[in-house]
Amino acid sequence: MLEIGGKRVAMSEQEVTERLKNFRSVPLGYTVEEVMVEAQRCIQCEHAPCERHCPVRMKLKAIIRKIAVGKFRDAFLIAKRDNPIPAIAGLVCPQEDQCEGVCPLACHGQGINIGKLEAFIAQWAMENNVKEEFHIPEKPEKIAVIGSGPAGISCAVDLRRHGYKVAVFEALHMAGGVLQYGIPAFRLPKDIVDYEIAYLEEIGAELKLNHIVGQNITFEELQHEYAAIFIATGAGAPQFLGIEGERLKGVYSANEFLIRANLMKAYRFPEYDTPIVCGNRVGVIGAGNVAMDVARCAVRLGAKDVYILYRRTRKESPAREEEVEHALEEGIKFFELVNPVRVLGKDDGWVSAIELLRMRLGEPDKSGRPRPIKIDGSEFTMELDTVVEALGTQPNRLFLDKIPELAKTKWGTIEVDERLKTNIDGVYAGGDAIRGNATVILALGDGRKAAQSIHEDIVARKK
Amino acid sequence: MNHRIVRREGLGGDTYLFEIEAPLAAARFRPGQFVIIRTTDKGERVPLTIAGTDPEKGTVILIVQAVGKSTKELARFKAGDALQDCIGPLGNASEVARFGRVVCIGGGTGIACVFPIIKAMADAGNDVISIIGARTSSLLFLEHEISKLSKDVYVTTDDGSKGRRGFVTDVLTDLLKQYNGKDGIHRVIAIGPPLMMKAVAEATRPYAVKTIVSLNTIMVDGTGMCGACRVYIAGEMKFACIDGPEFDAHEVNFEDLISRLTMFEEKEKAACEHCGNQPEV
Repeated sequence: MLEIGGKRVAMSEQEVTERLKNFRSVPLGYTVEEVMVEAQRCIQCEHAPCERHCPVRMKLKAIIRKIAVGKFRDAFLIAKRDNPIPAIAGLVCPQEDQCEGVCPLACHGQGINIGKLEAFIAQWAMENNVKEEFHIPEKPEKIAVIGSGPAGISCAVDLRRHGYKVAVFEALHMAGGVLQYGIPAFRLPKDIVDYEIAYLEEIGAELKLNHIVGQNITFEELQHEYAAIFIATGAGAPQFLGIEGERLKGVYSANEFLIRANLMKAYRFPEYDTPIVCGNRVGVIGAGNVAMDVARCAVRLGAKDVYILYRRTRKESPAREEEVEHALEEGIKFFELVNPVRVLGKDDGWVSAIELLRMRLGEPDKSGRPRPIKIDGSEFTMELDTVVEALGTQPNRLFLDKIPELAKTKWGTIEVDERLKTNIDGVYAGGDAIRGNATVILALGDGRKAAQSIHEDIVARKK
Repeated sequence: MNHRIVRREGLGGDTYLFEIEAPLAAARFRPGQFVIIRTTDKGERVPLTIAGTDPEKGTVILIVQAVGKSTKELARFKAGDALQDCIGPLGNASEVARFGRVVCIGGGTGIACVFPIIKAMADAGNDVISIIGARTSSLLFLEHEISKLSKDVYVTTDDGSKGRRGFVTDVLTDLLKQYNGKDGIHRVIAIGPPLMMKAVAEATRPYAVKTIVSLNTIMVDGTGMCGACRVYIAGEMKFACIDGPEFDAHEVNFEDLISRLTMFEEKEKAACEHCGNQPEV
């Protein structure tokens, strides 16, 4: 007997041999027929747990209903209301932990593929040039948004919906933050990012590229000129293990590797000027989404053997299921239960190997995952040409160091109240700047929430 | 963004002066800081120390030696052409105060980088002694401007074609003896090739004269995100972009600095060949 809702419509993907030669999207996306069949599987259950588990409370039931009958335009406009960048969330959200994970059909392993439905309607909207239109009652107040990543974009969009004048300050030469410099194109095609950024400008937000707050424009100047400030500077500062040999040539932070590969398009060197040196044997330290991104970039850059070096096992990896599956398909090997001791080098200053210590799993720690425990005397070396440290990132230092009066948590993130207000009047913060390494969708939610708080406080001030 | 080149001058050899419209960088510049440029939308981000500004015109002056793919490409730009990006000022400013007697050293294009610091040190009431050096006389520049700001100016060339034959450190060593080390010389600032800065550090170390160098590492974003510019200062990892670019010379690990500078050498050659430019040997 066929289960209720039937089976998930399979997503076609680029063949492995083919995709290793390019940085194009791996999933090819649903066709019109496929997307409708997938949406028609939805049983439109009364309680819609998917919506309750969406950090931005997208009206998924209604969206799916519209897709089921081919009303993609309506579906897109409903999606856009709650999520200013639906395509992006559709492609990079950890759906298995959110909407899809609680779908009643998921207990049969056949939950609705909500992420890919969202990605479809956003792609369709882009191809058909569908845009949310809203009448903007212009307000006199100017708001500054620092950072043009997901939190900054969503805050800016909502502030424009309220009619505020918005200036978005971006330190780099391209807008998009981590969507641009961090997440590779095979996971998040850059035309989608560009489209959303262009939309932001179309609705009247002013984009100020190459403006580095705290460096070539001061925070005081912003406070003087703007009625409120939203800090969405992300967590872009790399962490290093602090082990011997990190200074060797061939050792990168994940950020450097990804910025070269993505933002600077080193995979198209020498057409693009920025180089990247990626050896045949690459070790990626860490097993999160960023580690998967690095590993998958490395195979596309021509590396023959790419290893994920992880102190726990694949089961405990914090990466999205889809990323781990794609990585394994692409020949990336999980080297489990190892911890780096030091990086070894040659006389010419290049990496030659890494010394690792074997680990075993103990009792669960605070994160609920089994604690890795060192096995004394189990050191061994593994030959490598390239080592990339994907250990997570910290809030950007350049900006925060210049505003000592801004209250921070013991983790170095910005301290905010439940309305995302900081300790400085008129200053709000969200995204990875308050969360450390979190997700795009949580940052989007923060941006929206901060916009609401800013609006409320400006209205209250006028009374 | 449009960063028009308003002036381009050949300074001899493969060195060029560019005056570029970059109002934000020009307005905020303090001596010791740098910009990151991109020649085109496919260009890499290249850090270049600012040699001067004209805040009224909103321009910055860069003095560039055409040695790599991007600097060679820049060298072919003419007045009226525009750069894709000219971002800055980046990095921290030099510490400028009334120290007393300050020796400022510039080697090669480092002469341009140290020039604003010479001016700031002179303005702050220091007795500035300047030493400028290059391979040969045709690669020297700004001598006249520097001499106006300095109490004494010494010139060295490797081949003896101008000034003293030898290195800037030869002069420095004599000055350290003449002025009785740190009693007479209160600070040394040196900007130039890493080997020169290392030699300066070794020359002043026995005299314990506070010595500052500006580290020209490889960078990508220049805002503390990538760690490509990591340097080791007194054994601790620092980022040249946001912690520097200036550091205490006696604490710098120059071996690592010099080694890491060659990380993309092979790729640089490939890039130069790609654009039909053989790199100089």
